[in-house]
Amino acid sequence: MDLQIFLLLGQDGITNGAVYALLALALVLVFAVTRVIFIPQGEFVAFGALTLASLQAGQVPGTIWLLLGLGTTVAVLDGIRLVREGRYAKLPPLLIFNIGGPLLAAAGLFAVPPTQLPLAVQVVISILLVVPMGPMLYRIAFQPLANAPVLVLLIVSIALHLALTGLGLLFFGAEGSRTPAFTDLSFELGGAPLQGQTILVVVASTVLIIALYFFFERTIYGKALRATAMNRTGARLMGIPPILAGKLCFTLAAAIGAVSGILIAPLTTIYYDSGFLIGLKGFVGAIIGGLASYPIAALGAILVGLLESYSSFYASAFKEVIVFTLIIPVLLWRSLTSRHIEEEEE
Amino acid sequence: MLKKLTVAVLAALSTAALADVNVGVSVSATGPAASLGIPEKNTIALLPTSIGGQKINYIVLDDATDPTAATKNIKKLISENKVDVMIGSTTTPNSLAMMDVAVDNETPLISMAGSAIVVEPVDAKRRWVFKTAQNDAHMATAIVQHMTDRNVQTVAFIGFADAYGEGWYKEFAKIAEARKLKIVASERYQRNDTSVTGQTLKIIAAKPDAVLVGSAGTPAALPQKSLKEKGYKGLVYQTHGVANNDFLRVGGKDVEGAFLPVGPMMVAAQLPNDNPVKKSALEYVGKYEAAHGKGSVSSFGGHAWDAGVLLQNAIPQALKAGKPGTVEFRRALRDALEGTKNLAGAHGVFNITANDHQGFDQRARVMATIENNTWKLVK
Repeated sequence: MDLQIFLLLGQDGITNGAVYALLALALVLVFAVTRVIFIPQGEFVAFGALTLASLQAGQVPGTIWLLLGLGTTVAVLDGIRLVREGRYAKLPPLLIFNIGGPLLAAAGLFAVPPTQLPLAVQVVISILLVVPMGPMLYRIAFQPLANAPVLVLLIVSIALHLALTGLGLLFFGAEGSRTPAFTDLSFELGGAPLQGQTILVVVASTVLIIALYFFFERTIYGKALRATAMNRTGARLMGIPPILAGKLCFTLAAAIGAVSGILIAPLTTIYYDSGFLIGLKGFVGAIIGGLASYPIAALGAILVGLLESYSSFYASAFKEVIVFTLIIPVLLWRSLTSRHIEEEEE
Repeated sequence: MLKKLTVAVLAALSTAALADVNVGVSVSATGPAASLGIPEKNTIALLPTSIGGQKINYIVLDDATDPTAATKNIKKLISENKVDVMIGSTTTPNSLAMMDVAVDNETPLISMAGSAIVVEPVDAKRRWVFKTAQNDAHMATAIVQHMTDRNVQTVAFIGFADAYGEGWYKEFAKIAEARKLKIVASERYQRNDTSVTGQTLKIIAAKPDAVLVGSAGTPAALPQKSLKEKGYKGLVYQTHGVANNDFLRVGGKDVEGAFLPVGPMMVAAQLPNDNPVKKSALEYVGKYEAAHGKGSVSSFGGHAWDAGVLLQNAIPQALKAGKPGTVEFRRALRDALEGTKNLAGAHGVFNITANDHQGFDQRARVMATIENNTWKLVK
């Protein structure tokens, strides 16, 4: 191995690691606030990338039907409750957000052929189609179980993952897709070629991570999320509704997933079931951070990316084995050093 | 007299009740092999609904690329639907799983999987199993031949880190060694991998004259894209597992110039007119594209079509021996399949014998290249 190969592998590892880092942050966030180990996080990546790909292929993406279906279910569930409680004033915003929005999007997509839109607009549409699924899925799958044990939440999370993968196959087909690069720029760095798209991934991930930092440190909603993560009961006593916190963190998770998917779609081929492995590697990062520490989770994810890249060079057949074996010493160290906290009673 | 008449009426009634030939189908329409299973499933719908004056019922089940589900499917089809013959499954593990059930119930099984192990050697179990897809070794010989013709001396291999890649490596290495080709690097990657930079760099460092990508479907585009991106200038070979249009869509201009062996069906229109396969292949391509749009046809559906071709030839012969639904009919059907001679399908000419339940020869493959984003026959 010479220096050039070393640099190229490092560059590849950091690019992948940057995406895993984003997903690791989303996983830590969701777990801290709602205690859900969010297996379908990767599905948002695949849905984001494939929605953009089908827009570019001139098709109306299948995600729109899922969004309509989820929105209608949420509207019915919440609608019944609102009517029973006699809070009719809240009905119109509920209907507009959950049914009106998706309907409008569907009508728009049928009226304007997606291929005529510029890339930036297609990206925005894809994000708008995928992100609302976060809070909707929370409302349907997790909100009724808010006080269930972690294991039950995990089982629901796995079921949701399987359902979304199946829907992905239905919407996008078995074959993969790739989107054109946002930039064709290319640089030389220490004698190794460096693509603009790669830099874009790292820069966008860094910007997102910084934005998340400011969101948690400087905004009232971010602080509310942190408070809920520290102590749910205490946060509720301080007037922070746990449902709002749950929806907010699922929205963030979906947004992070969709953006990650759109970022890596030009670099690699994304399949309907690609999300799981990408999410799992983010999860290894999150475990390194103990599902609690954001900076350690992000660093852990970068480590996963680098380990993956170098092991693919030295022993490609055992790459996944090496990456996922990393979790064993980490768990061992975690269980030996951290003190055990009993599950919080509600 | 009356007794005779009763017997005749009863016979007629029982004929009416048992007239239909039931064909059970298990394909991997979901799961990792879905891109192979879906065109197969689509093709079953195009098969004739009447053969030799008998109505044919196709009962299609999905096995989700899971051997356990495939076993369940064939058990259900045999016990509930009383099928006379099984077509399936898409993958080698699933076909092997179905084999035992087929033998126990003396039901012929026509597999669409790639590995030779499905029908070789023809022992007591495999006596009931036939296969319509070319053996990997068959295709590997064509690749090695093409490489030595082009004066290739060193070659690198990159394939899936699973049974598919491993199988290809073994077949290819065996034949390459015999033909004095030196394998200088052997790398693996996962179907879902987002990057193969490490493997690509190692291959380039080994400086091979040619690279063989041992993968199937759209994931096979990633190594070739990565090789091109890192400046590799040698020849790139793909396997017949990539022969569908999605590969061209995902690969784009980065897969131009790749060589691959394919069933003649993929380049049917470019075949010379005296090619025995051309007529049958064009008929299939025409029917499939009429139903699913231009350019939708893929190599895999052709294997399902060929299973239909075998049945159209065998069922009329088997009907002479017994009625559908009886063990005599199934035994006769097996014998008729084994006696298939000079039968042209979409992928080649079948000459099935007691020792060869695959039955293809050199006419079952041609070398193709990718030119202007289409498959081009290499003359």
